Amino acid sequence: MGRRVVFAMLGLGALGVFVGADVQRGTDRFVAPLRENDPTGLTGLLPSSGFRYYSVVSHVPTMTAADYVLTVHGLVDRPLRLTLDDLSRLPQTELVRDFQCVTGWRVPDVRWTGVRLAALLDAAGPTPAATALTFRSFDGAYDESLTLEQARHPEVLVALTMLGGPVTHDHGGPVRLYVAPMYGYKSIKWLGEIELVDAVAPGYWEQRGYDVDAWIGQSNGRDDEPV
Amino acid sequence: MSPSDEPPLVRRFGRASRATHWSTAVLTGVCLATAAVLYLGPLATLVGRRQIVATVHLYAGLALPLPMLAAAVSAAYRRDVAALDRFTAGDWAWLRTRPRRRDRAAVGKFNAGQKLYAAFVAGAVLVMLGTGLIMEFGGPGAIPVSYRTGATFVHDLLALGLFAGVCGHLWMASRDPVALVGMRTGMVPLPWALREHPAWLTGPDGGAGSGADGGSQA
Repeated sequence: MGRRVVFAMLGLGALGVFVGADVQRGTDRFVAPLRENDPTGLTGLLPSSGFRYYSVVSHVPTMTAADYVLTVHGLVDRPLRLTLDDLSRLPQTELVRDFQCVTGWRVPDVRWTGVRLAALLDAAGPTPAATALTFRSFDGAYDESLTLEQARHPEVLVALTMLGGPVTHDHGGPVRLYVAPMYGYKSIKWLGEIELVDAVAPGYWEQRGYDVDAWIGQSNGRDDEPV
Repeated sequence: MSPSDEPPLVRRFGRASRATHWSTAVLTGVCLATAAVLYLGPLATLVGRRQIVATVHLYAGLALPLPMLAAAVSAAYRRDVAALDRFTAGDWAWLRTRPRRRDRAAVGKFNAGQKLYAAFVAGAVLVMLGTGLIMEFGGPGAIPVSYRTGATFVHDLLALGLFAGVCGHLWMASRDPVALVGMRTGMVPLPWALREHPAWLTGPDGGAGSGADGGSQA
């Protein structure tokens, strides 16, 4: 009899593998809005979508308007050192777009505001040799990459707010990248440094197997709806 | 107290069964702890180091079935597994009856709740292993991505069930210190055995492991 319980569980498990994606899509519609407004965090226990906290280091320093600086350097004519105030005085762009993680979760209709990366590139003036960007997090470990062409995409923001307020520390604040058309690992948190370089250097997760060109629905073997 | 005042002991679990229990317990504990760090936002915020935590979780999970497989060379362990697998008509009645009204007379080496829990854990380990393998190795091109999402869904949901099951298991163990001693030392006092598992020493499971493993620990 005990083995019948085991076989039943194996059967249910296999069934869940086949239909789980659809079931989750169904439950997400109820759970995702709950989770973003849940002060207890208990909805975080449910296997569902919604932002999940990922960090590759044990501790990330807290930066505020007082000490935050974003540097743009490398193959540029005019290296930049931008404080939070500097960034917030630049023209702000608002986007309401989904956030899609390569591990499957997706948060619909997230409100983002920030400075278009293209505008910062114009201000810094990449030299003719520059073809790519390397982003570095002030967590000391994480880095990411984009080609210069990808970086000029109008839906790539140096984000100062998300979810209707300043980007919180856990979401990668005070300043993070938001690359709308690409998977979440491209939207580097705790953005500290942008270097213009002459070749794409694969980022942290890309050295661990994820695609360098991370278009949603066209990379990493996934078929998610594009953002 | 002189030794003669102590109740006689009977062997309940051989070395293989105990080693399997405790190594499975440690691995399950590591799996659940690392799972909590990977899965729960506040803990993830506190600990970070996702790569290392995920690697520990992966290897603890892969190792989870190994003690049970290795112990299968022990005849006493196989007898314990067979006893857990054997449901009787009395077991169904036992499960349907409220705890205080249960008739213990027919309870053998394991009661129906223990049998059910053992089967649940065995099934859960296999499902977690299968879905975990899909999550880890079912990358791009290997299998359709929706199956990987489905595997993640099952893995997450069953992790909650397994956590609840383990909590219940610990709760039951905390309420019966003698059962706990039995799993630690392998020996239980005869009166306890006659009270909690009356049909154990006389029924079909009778004497399982009592002679084969030899040695008294008194």
